[in-house]
Amino acid sequence: MIDQLDELYREVILDHFKNSSHHGVLPGAQVNVDGTNPLCGDEVTFHLKLDGDRIGQVRFEGKGCAISQAASSMLAQQLEGKTVAQARALIETMKALMQGEAPDAAVDLGDLEALAGVRKFPVRVKCAALSWNVVEQGLAQARPDATATQHSTVKR
Amino acid sequence: MLDATRIRQDFPILSRQVHGKPLVYLDNAATTQKPRQVLDALTAYYTHSNANIHRGLHTLSEEATAAYEAVRERTARFIGAPSSRSIVFTRNTTESINLFARAWGYRRLGPGDQILLSEMEHHSNLVPWQLLAKETGASLSFLTVTDDGRLRLEELEQLLSPRTKLVAITHMSNALGTINPIERIVERAHRQGIPVLVDAAQAAPHLPLNVTSLGCDALAFSAHKMLGPTGVGVLYAREELLEAMDPFLGGGEMIADVQLTSSTWNEIPWKFEAGTPNIADVIAFGEALAYLERLGMSEVRAYERELTVYAWKQLQGLAGVTLYGPPGDAEDRGGAIAFNVNGLHPHDVGTVLDAEGVAIRAGHHCAKPLMRRLGVAATARASFYIYNTREEVDRLLEALRTVQVFFNKPARAKMAA
Repeated sequence: MIDQLDELYREVILDHFKNSSHHGVLPGAQVNVDGTNPLCGDEVTFHLKLDGDRIGQVRFEGKGCAISQAASSMLAQQLEGKTVAQARALIETMKALMQGEAPDAAVDLGDLEALAGVRKFPVRVKCAALSWNVVEQGLAQARPDATATQHSTVKR
Repeated sequence: MLDATRIRQDFPILSRQVHGKPLVYLDNAATTQKPRQVLDALTAYYTHSNANIHRGLHTLSEEATAAYEAVRERTARFIGAPSSRSIVFTRNTTESINLFARAWGYRRLGPGDQILLSEMEHHSNLVPWQLLAKETGASLSFLTVTDDGRLRLEELEQLLSPRTKLVAITHMSNALGTINPIERIVERAHRQGIPVLVDAAQAAPHLPLNVTSLGCDALAFSAHKMLGPTGVGVLYAREELLEAMDPFLGGGEMIADVQLTSSTWNEIPWKFEAGTPNIADVIAFGEALAYLERLGMSEVRAYERELTVYAWKQLQGLAGVTLYGPPGDAEDRGGAIAFNVNGLHPHDVGTVLDAEGVAIRAGHHCAKPLMRRLGVAATARASFYIYNTREEVDRLLEALRTVQVFFNKPARAKMAA
């Protein structure tokens, strides 16, 4: 069973949990979106700066288990520099992967593949999926030309 | 003193393995395991006596009715109620409290009235009152909680106002194990003629309980937290209160006569038991009560106390662990211990403990306001019952050391290299 635990808590996940480079606030972010898992109390807020159709800086704040916080950190890292369309496609791929769909061999997910380990722990899937759902919602509501800060809350 | 080793032989599930390790079940505040006597009663009922109750003229129905009503008598004796007429069977504690809130409160409360609760209530003794307050215009007030998880009783003087219509309070906190001095609260509330409802979901399984000496007006608990099956709850209320209360659910069994546009109600307690009740599980609950009676609730309390003192001491000796609630050797605490492993979310702790075969609860324990009061998002909780042993506490400690090693990154990096 400890082997399976290693699959859930991969080294890269523990690294992101302990030392996230994207943790914090982001003044002037156009997209600010938060969400919680009411059952376990995981909380996460994402701040995204948009430059036209492209995502600039990303920061997140949150409290919760190692899985939820590491997933947030990995997502934040991935988002920077992507277009909104690319980000959405990645989110869709990752959500399917975490929920147990076979990965597309043609797509190299790099470190993100580590998040697929939650598949063997059904109760932890929502921990890993929280930030991806939150950002998906935030991007759906984002208006790149907006100057005022938007804030939305994802109800799960 | 209880012989836990012998008791364990009555619980088939305790000999199973989880992830290749012997199960250590420390989630008893959520639900307890069931002894063979309870399981056999379920099978025996369905095998020999299954019938609907209170209506058939045939032998099976008479047997089922007698067995069901005998458990009502046993339940009344178990909690020291003067009459079984004051025992209503429900689905669980939550339904018992909702029944009382609705049937007692709806017509009696209005704008400006107050219900006094505490910050340490389980959501089931909070949300029903929020719903009632919203519908009636009444408001809620709260006894606050100290840093070590006790009620500030001195606040009673100022919180009990002429507009207070009810006090609803837990006997034992499911999250922290704190045991509240119900007699004192009842005595003080009754001085102003205010009735008191007690949430005994945690007290009934673990403490000698007597509604007559407590003096409370209503009390709720669940069978499944005290060796019984799921799907059976108990509402005790003084007969005069039940008589004066409106029905809760309408339907068969709860009526005396039915016309097309109106009906009259059955006698108490059946007035509150609409529809076919959970016959089999109530009958099996009778065996759970019999089991606890044979052990003796004072013995149950003494055994759990000793185990709690031991577990608290061991946990306290583990560096990097924070404990919550009254100290382990305090008179006013039961066998539920909330703790956190510093730097880790309790869900991560729970996942690793599960891999070691140790079942605990991790989360907010359906007591979110209390978690906020303590300044934590969630805690882990180990909770004991009659079949737990010191060896199992040692297994918990060993598993917690594994948790700490597992999440200690430098050590892992070295292992990998």
